[in-house]
Amino acid sequence: MDTAFTRSFGWLVAAIAAILVALFARDGLFGFHMMVFAAAGIVAALASANQIGLLRPSARDLESRYDDQLIRIGVILTSFWGVVGFLVGIVIAAQLAWPVLNLGIEYTTFGRLRPLHTSAVIFAFGGTALITTSFYVVQRTCRARLALPGLARFVFWGYQLFIVLAATGYVLGITQSKEYAEPEWYVDLWLTIVWVAYLVVFVATIIKRKEPHIYVANWFYLAFILTVAMLHVVNNLAMPVSLVGTRSYSLFAGVQDALTQWWYGHNAVGFFLTAGFLAMMYYFVPKQAERPVYSYRLSIVHFWSLIFLYIWAGPHHLHYTALPDWAQTLGMVFSVMLWMPSWGGMINGLMTLNGAWDKVRTDPIIRMMVAALAFYGMSTFEGPMLSIKAVNSLSHYTDWTIGHVHSGALGWNGLITFSCLYFLVPRLWGRTRLYSLRMVNWHFWLAILGIAIYAASMWVAGITQGLMWREYGDDGFLVYAFADVVAAMNPYYVMRLAGGLIYFSGALVMVFNIWMTIKGRLRDEAPMTDAPYDAAADRPLPQPAKA
Amino acid sequence: MRQSIVNKHKKLEKNVTLLAAASLVTVAIGGLVEIAPLFWIDSTIERVEGVRPLAPLEQAGRDIYIREGCYTCHSQMIRPFRDEVERYGHYSLAAESMYDHPFQWGSKRTGPDLARVGGRYSDEWHVQHLEDPQSVVPESVMPQYRFLKDRDLRIDGFGDNLAALAAVGVPYDDEAIAAAEDDMRVQATGEGDVTGLESRYPGAEARDYDGNPKRVSEMDALVAYLQQLGTQVDFSKVEAQELAQ
Amino acid sequence: MSYETLRHFADSWFLLAMLLLYLGFVGWAFRPGSKHANRRAATSILTEEQKDQADG
Repeated sequence: MDTAFTRSFGWLVAAIAAILVALFARDGLFGFHMMVFAAAGIVAALASANQIGLLRPSARDLESRYDDQLIRIGVILTSFWGVVGFLVGIVIAAQLAWPVLNLGIEYTTFGRLRPLHTSAVIFAFGGTALITTSFYVVQRTCRARLALPGLARFVFWGYQLFIVLAATGYVLGITQSKEYAEPEWYVDLWLTIVWVAYLVVFVATIIKRKEPHIYVANWFYLAFILTVAMLHVVNNLAMPVSLVGTRSYSLFAGVQDALTQWWYGHNAVGFFLTAGFLAMMYYFVPKQAERPVYSYRLSIVHFWSLIFLYIWAGPHHLHYTALPDWAQTLGMVFSVMLWMPSWGGMINGLMTLNGAWDKVRTDPIIRMMVAALAFYGMSTFEGPMLSIKAVNSLSHYTDWTIGHVHSGALGWNGLITFSCLYFLVPRLWGRTRLYSLRMVNWHFWLAILGIAIYAASMWVAGITQGLMWREYGDDGFLVYAFADVVAAMNPYYVMRLAGGLIYFSGALVMVFNIWMTIKGRLRDEAPMTDAPYDAAADRPLPQPAKA
Repeated sequence: MRQSIVNKHKKLEKNVTLLAAASLVTVAIGGLVEIAPLFWIDSTIERVEGVRPLAPLEQAGRDIYIREGCYTCHSQMIRPFRDEVERYGHYSLAAESMYDHPFQWGSKRTGPDLARVGGRYSDEWHVQHLEDPQSVVPESVMPQYRFLKDRDLRIDGFGDNLAALAAVGVPYDDEAIAAAEDDMRVQATGEGDVTGLESRYPGAEARDYDGNPKRVSEMDALVAYLQQLGTQVDFSKVEAQELAQ
Repeated sequence: MSYETLRHFADSWFLLAMLLLYLGFVGWAFRPGSKHANRRAATSILTEEQKDQADG
C-alpha cells in the first residue's frame, strides 16, 4: 500500500512539474507536449493507485505462472499500430499519385506524414511487437516471471507515450530531420530513459531464470536492446536551442553527421528490424513447428557474425557522395559479406521444418512464417546487391530502394509479426484455437499479393527512373527533363497504392480474426485440407487422376 | 548446499553480463573504425573558399525546410556522374555542408536535387511554385505550401538558435548572435544595415523575397534559403585551385 | 601512422587475424563436445509445458 501511494504521489509531482514547464515553454508546441507528459503522469498516478480498472491485473494474472497482462495489451496495441501505420502509408502513397490529396493544409502534407508512416510501422507496430514478444519469450525461456513488474509496466507504457509524442510531433512539424530518428531532443531523452529501463527489466529477468542456458532468442533480443541504445544515444546528440523549446541542432555536421545518421539508420534496420525479429523467429518458428531449431550451433555463429558485420554496412547509403572513398568501400564490402550470415539465419529457420514440410500445406501460420523467411532471404540478397557501388549508382535516390525496403518490411517484419500474433492470441486468452484458420489463409494470400504488386511496381518504377535520369540522346543532351520522369512514375504509384490496399485488407482480416478469438468465438468451418497424406513418409499420397 | 546455489547463481549472473559485454564490444567495433577517423583525418573535408555559415534568415528558412520534411523528397548531394553534373551542376563537396547541423543530403529524389538550386529561378517563380507547384510544373506531385506566405516568421529570440549552432561549432561570433534579429529583418526587406549583414555573411542578398514587403513571412525565409543553396563556392576558382595542385 | 600504413595493415595481417579468429569461433561452436549441450538448449523451449506442470 505504501509503495503504491509513494509511486502514485511521485507521478503526480512529475505531472505538476510538467505543467509548470509547459507554462514557461518557449513555443506552443513544447507546451503542448509538456501537457501530454502531464496527462500521462496523471494517468500513471491513477494506475499506480489501482484506480484504473482496465490496467489492474486480474486475479488470473496474479496467480498464473507468467506475467502476461502486458503481453495481452501488447498484442492488441501491435495490431492497432499496424493498422494505423499501414493506413498512413496508403494515404501518402495516394498523395504521390494525386498531389491534391495533400489538401494544402500543413498538417497533412507528404513531408509531415511520411515520417509518421515510417515511425508508425517501425517503432509503433514493430517496436510494440518486439517489446511484447520479448516479455513473452524471456519469461518462457527463463521459466521465470518478469523481474521488476512495476518497471516493466513503465517500459511498456513509457514506450507508448514515446510513440504518441513522436507521432503528434511529426504532424505539428517537430522534427530534427534525421530519418527514422526524427523526434526532437526531449522525446529522445524520454526514450533513452524508457530504453534503459527495458534493458534492466530484460536482464533482471534473465538473471532470475531457472534454466541454466540462455536461449538464443534472448541473445538476439539483448543485442537488439543494447545496440539500439548505443545508436540512439550517439545519433541523437544535439544542442537544444532552449531547455523549454522544441528545436535543437545536431552535434555533428555534414559528412560526419551523414555517416553517423546512416550508421544509425542502417542498424535501425539491422538491429530493430532484423536482430529483434530474428529473436521472434528463433522462438516462435520452433514452437509452432513443434520441433527444435535446425542447428543450434549455426544459430550461435549466425548471431555473432550478424551483429559484427551489420554495424559496418551504413556507408552504403552514401555511395558516391562526399563521404571519403575508403568509408564507402568498407561499407560496400561489409554489406556484401552480410549476405552470408543473413542467409545462414534464413536457412536455419527454414530447415527447422525439415521433416515437417507438410505443415506448410496444412498450417497457415507455419506457411506465413516460411513466407516471412523467404522474404527475409530475398531482401537480404537484394540489399547486398544494391550496396555494390555500380548497382547503387543506378538505384540510389530512386523508388527501387522503396521497393527493397517494403519487401523486407511487409514481407519479413510484417508476416513474422502476424504469425506470432496468431500464435499468441489463443494461448494468451486461453482459447482452444483461433476463430478461423481459413481467415489466416486469406490474410496470407492477400499479404503475398499485396507485397508482390508493391515490390514489382516499385522495382520497375525505380529502374525506369534511374535510366531516364541518365539517358542521353544522339545529340549528346539529356533526353528527359526531371518533370518527365515524375510524370512517368504515376502509373507505378497507382499500382503501388493498389498493392498497399490489398496488404492492408489482409491486416483487417487479421484484426477481425483476433477480435473474434478474444471474444471466444470459433468459426464453424471446414478443415484446411483433406488431401490424403502419408505421415511416415512425410509426403502426400498419390491421387488418382480425375476423369 | 546453500553455498553451491549462491555460487551457481553468481555464475549465471556473470553469464548474461558477459554476453551483454561481448555483444556491445562486437557491435561497437564497426562504428568506431568507420566514424571516428572522419573526425581526425584531414582529407575528409578539403577546404574550399567561400563556404560561410548561413545568415540568420537563411538559417530560419532551413529550419522550415526541415520542419516541412522537404528532405523526404529532395536530395542536396550531387554525385560525380556526367548526367547529374549536367542536370544539377558541379558535384557536391564535403566542405559545402560543413556547417550543416544536421546534414540535408537526403536519400530520395521524388523531386529534383536542390544542392545548387540557388539563383536558377527568380524569387517570383519560387513563391508561385511553393504556393501551387502544379501551376508552374503540371507534372509535379509536390504539396502546396500556401500557408508559408500567410504566416509571420518567428524572429524573436532567433539569436538563441545561432548561439546553439555556435555551441556545436558553427563560427557565429557574439556580434552575429546579437545582430541576428536585425539581420533577419534587413535581409527579408532590403532595408536597414545591409552593409553590416554583408560584412557578416559575404554574398548574402537582402531583398523582399516573397513579394509582400509589409510582412516578414516564413516564405521569405524559405526562399532566401533556397536562393543561396550551392552559390557559396565559386567553382571557376575551385577548378583553378585543383589544377594548381 | 598514416592512412596508407593503416590500410596495408588492414588488408593483410589484420584480415588474416580476423579470418583465423572467425574460424576459431566457428570451430568452437561446432566442436563435437558441445553436441549434447546444444541439443539440450535447442529443445529447452519445447519442454516447458511439461516442466511447468511438474513445477506446479
